[in-house]
Amino acid sequence: MSPTAASARQLGLQSCPACALLSRPARGAEAGHCPRCDEELSFRKPRSIERTWAFVIAAAICYVPANLLPVMTTTTAAGADSDTILQGVVLLWSPTGWPLSLIVLVASIMIPSGKILALAYLLISVQRGSAENSEQRVRLYRMVAFIGRWSMVDVFVDTFTVSLVQLQPLMSVAPAPGLFFFAAVVVLTMLAVESFDARLIWDSADSREVRHA
Amino acid sequence: MPDSDTPLPPIPASRAVPKKRTRLSLVWVIPILAAAVGAWVAVTKILSEGPTITIVFQSAEGLEAGKTEIHYNGVSVGTLKTIRLSEDHQRVVTTAQMAPKTENFLLDDTSFWVVRPRISGANISGLGTLISGSYIGMEIGHAAKSRRDFVGLETPPVVSGDAAGRFFVLKTPTLGSLDTGTPLFFRHLQVGEVTAYALDADGKALTVKVFVKAPFDQYVTPNTRFWNASGVDLSLTANGLSVQTQSMLSILIGGVAFETSATDPVLPAAEADTVFTLFDDRTKAFQLAAMDPQEFVLNFKGSVRGLTAGAPVELRGIPVGEVIAVRAQLDVKNFEFSAPVTIRLDAPRLGVQVKDMDPKADFATQRRLVIDSLIAHGARAQLQSGNLLTGALFVSFDFYPDAPPATVDWSQTPPQLPTIPSDLAAIEARAVAIMKKLDEVPYKQIGDDLRTTLAGLDKTMASLRGTLGNTDKLIGNTDKVIINADKLVAPDSVLGDQLATTLQEVTRAARGLRVLADYLERHPEALIRGKTEEGKQ
Repeated sequence: MSPTAASARQLGLQSCPACALLSRPARGAEAGHCPRCDEELSFRKPRSIERTWAFVIAAAICYVPANLLPVMTTTTAAGADSDTILQGVVLLWSPTGWPLSLIVLVASIMIPSGKILALAYLLISVQRGSAENSEQRVRLYRMVAFIGRWSMVDVFVDTFTVSLVQLQPLMSVAPAPGLFFFAAVVVLTMLAVESFDARLIWDSADSREVRHA
Repeated sequence: MPDSDTPLPPIPASRAVPKKRTRLSLVWVIPILAAAVGAWVAVTKILSEGPTITIVFQSAEGLEAGKTEIHYNGVSVGTLKTIRLSEDHQRVVTTAQMAPKTENFLLDDTSFWVVRPRISGANISGLGTLISGSYIGMEIGHAAKSRRDFVGLETPPVVSGDAAGRFFVLKTPTLGSLDTGTPLFFRHLQVGEVTAYALDADGKALTVKVFVKAPFDQYVTPNTRFWNASGVDLSLTANGLSVQTQSMLSILIGGVAFETSATDPVLPAAEADTVFTLFDDRTKAFQLAAMDPQEFVLNFKGSVRGLTAGAPVELRGIPVGEVIAVRAQLDVKNFEFSAPVTIRLDAPRLGVQVKDMDPKADFATQRRLVIDSLIAHGARAQLQSGNLLTGALFVSFDFYPDAPPATVDWSQTPPQLPTIPSDLAAIEARAVAIMKKLDEVPYKQIGDDLRTTLAGLDKTMASLRGTLGNTDKLIGNTDKVIINADKLVAPDSVLGDQLATTLQEVTRAARGLRVLADYLERHPEALIRGKTEEGKQ
C-alpha cells in the first residue's frame, strides 16, 4: 500500500489485462482494443459486481441441493445405497478414519460455503465503498481464487470411483444428482472469482485518499 | 436542410444525462437457471414421494431407519424413515416413506413383516438379508378400504395370498416335528405346506393350518385322512423289513401326508377350512372309526415286565384292542400281589365280525353276549412275548377249554376278564417246583451211603472174582460132562445099539399089546372064556 502511487485509472490510462501495456482509451469510446495485443480494454472489468453477484447467487442456490441430494449411489448385493455428502462425513467418522472425514468435511462443505460467503462479503464491501481492511480483503480474494480449483476434489473422487468401481453385478457406483449441483457450485464460484475485479477493492480506498488529499 | 444564413436564437445544449444501465445483464440467466433447476429437482422430489405409513412391530431387530426397504415381490416400494418405541415401550413404531403411486397397495388387509434370514427345516429363506440386512416384506390385500397404519406380522405368511388353493385345519394332540413350512404330501408329491399352528384355548390339542395348492386341493374330500408322515416308518413283518417314508425332506424335517381310502365313497372336494384329524401314522389313519370301545381289567399274577400301554390285545392273532394302563395292586388280606392291566377292546373296528347276532339288540348287549360266550368257551387272556429281542409283551386271548370255569362280573367298572398264567410263567413255576424238590434231596447222606456201599461192593467184587474162578472150573467140568454125554449118545456107541434093540423090543411089545387090545374090544368075553377059534383065525 503506497498511497502516493497513482493507478492507471486515476491517470486516465487503461492497462491491458493480457500484456499489461498502458494505453489511452479511444476517444469517445469506453472500450478499446490494446494496440499491441488487440485485447479488449477497459478501466475495470465490465459489470464485474453484477456478474459476480449473479454467479455467487447461482452458486448459493446450487449449494442447497448439492448438500441435500445424494452424491453417489452405491449398488451392492446388499442393495442400493445413496449417500449425501454429510452422510459420507458421518459414515467416515470413526476413531481411525476421522482425518479422512475431516478432509471431506472441509473440502466439500466448509470450503464451498466459505467461498460463497467470502465472495458475498467482498462484493458487499466493494459496493459500500468500504476502504477498510483492503489488504485483508485482497488476501481473502487471492485465497478464494487459489482454493477454487481444489474444490473439485470431491467431484474428481466421485468420478474416479464411478469409473473404477464397476464390478457388475457385485457392486457398482453411480453418480447421483447431488454431484451435478456440487460441481455447479464449484464452477460457479470459480466463475464468480474470475469475474470479480480485485482492483475494485482499492478503488474506494484510492478515491477516499484523493478526497482527503 | 436549414438555411445557415438565418440568424438563430440561442439554442440550449442538450443535457447530457449519463445513460442508465437498467437493462439486466445476461449473466443473470445463470442464477435463474440454477434456481429453476433447483426448484424442479425439489418439485420432482416431492412428487416422487408416495404416502407415509406407520407400521408397528414387536421388535426392530435388523431394521434401520433410512436404510431398510419395503419390498413387494422383490421390488423396493418404500423405505423406512423413522424407528421409535411406542408410548408403552412394548412395541416399535416405524414410519415408512412409500414410493409414489403405491396408494392402491395400502389396503386394509395389506400385511407387512420383517424378512430376516430364516433357516427352518423346509427352507432357507431371506439369505439375501444376511448381507443386505433385513427388509420389510409386503403382501397386498384385497380390501376396498385403504389404510395408513399397519401392525406388522411377526412371521412372514408362508403362502402368498394370491396362490390358488385351499386351507384346511388339522387337529392333533401333539405337534411332533411339524412347523410352519412343513411339506404336505399327496402320493409322495409335495402339494402344500403347514402354514400355521396354534395351541387350542383349552391347551389339550393343537390346531394346525395347512395349505393345499390347486389343483391338488380337489383331492381333499371330507373323508380324506391326514397323518403325520414324519421320519422313517420301519416295520418288521413276516414279509421282511419294510421302510415307509415320504421323501428325504420328510425324513429330515417331517411332513404331513393325506390320502383318501380307495374303499371310501367318492365325495366332492372338501370346503376350505374343513377340520380333519391328524393321525399318528398311515395305519392309524385308515383304521375304522372307533365303535364305542369299552375298557376291561385283566388281573395278571405273574410278572408284567415288558407290557406297556399301547401294547396290542389280540384275539387269536387278530388285533382287537390295546393296553391302556398297567398298574400293580397288593391284597393285604392274603398277601397277593397282582398287576391289573386295563385294556380297551374295540373288536368291530379292528375287523372281528360277529355272525348270527340278533340285529335288534343294541350294541352293548351284543357285546356282552359275545364276551360272555367267549369266556364260557374258555377264552382267557394270557401274556405272550411279542418280541424275543425286546421282551415286549402283548395280551393274547385264546381258548383254553380245560381252564377253570369263569364268568364276567358286569357290575364292576371296568369289568374283569379271566386270565391264565402265561406259558412262560407256567414253565417257570414248574421249573421252580422241580428245583425246590431237587433242593430237598439229601445229597450228603446219599454220598456217604454211596461211599460205604462202594466199599462193600469192592469186597463183594473180590469174592465175586473167587467165585468166578470156581465158575470157570465148573464150566470146565460141565464141558467134560457134555463131551461124555456126546460120547454116550454117539450113533456108534454101545449105548446107542442097546438103546435101539431095546426100542425094537418095546415096539414089538407095543404091537402085541395093540393086538390084545383089539381082540379084547371085539371079544370082551375072552377075558373070562379065553380065546375062541375064530379068534385064532
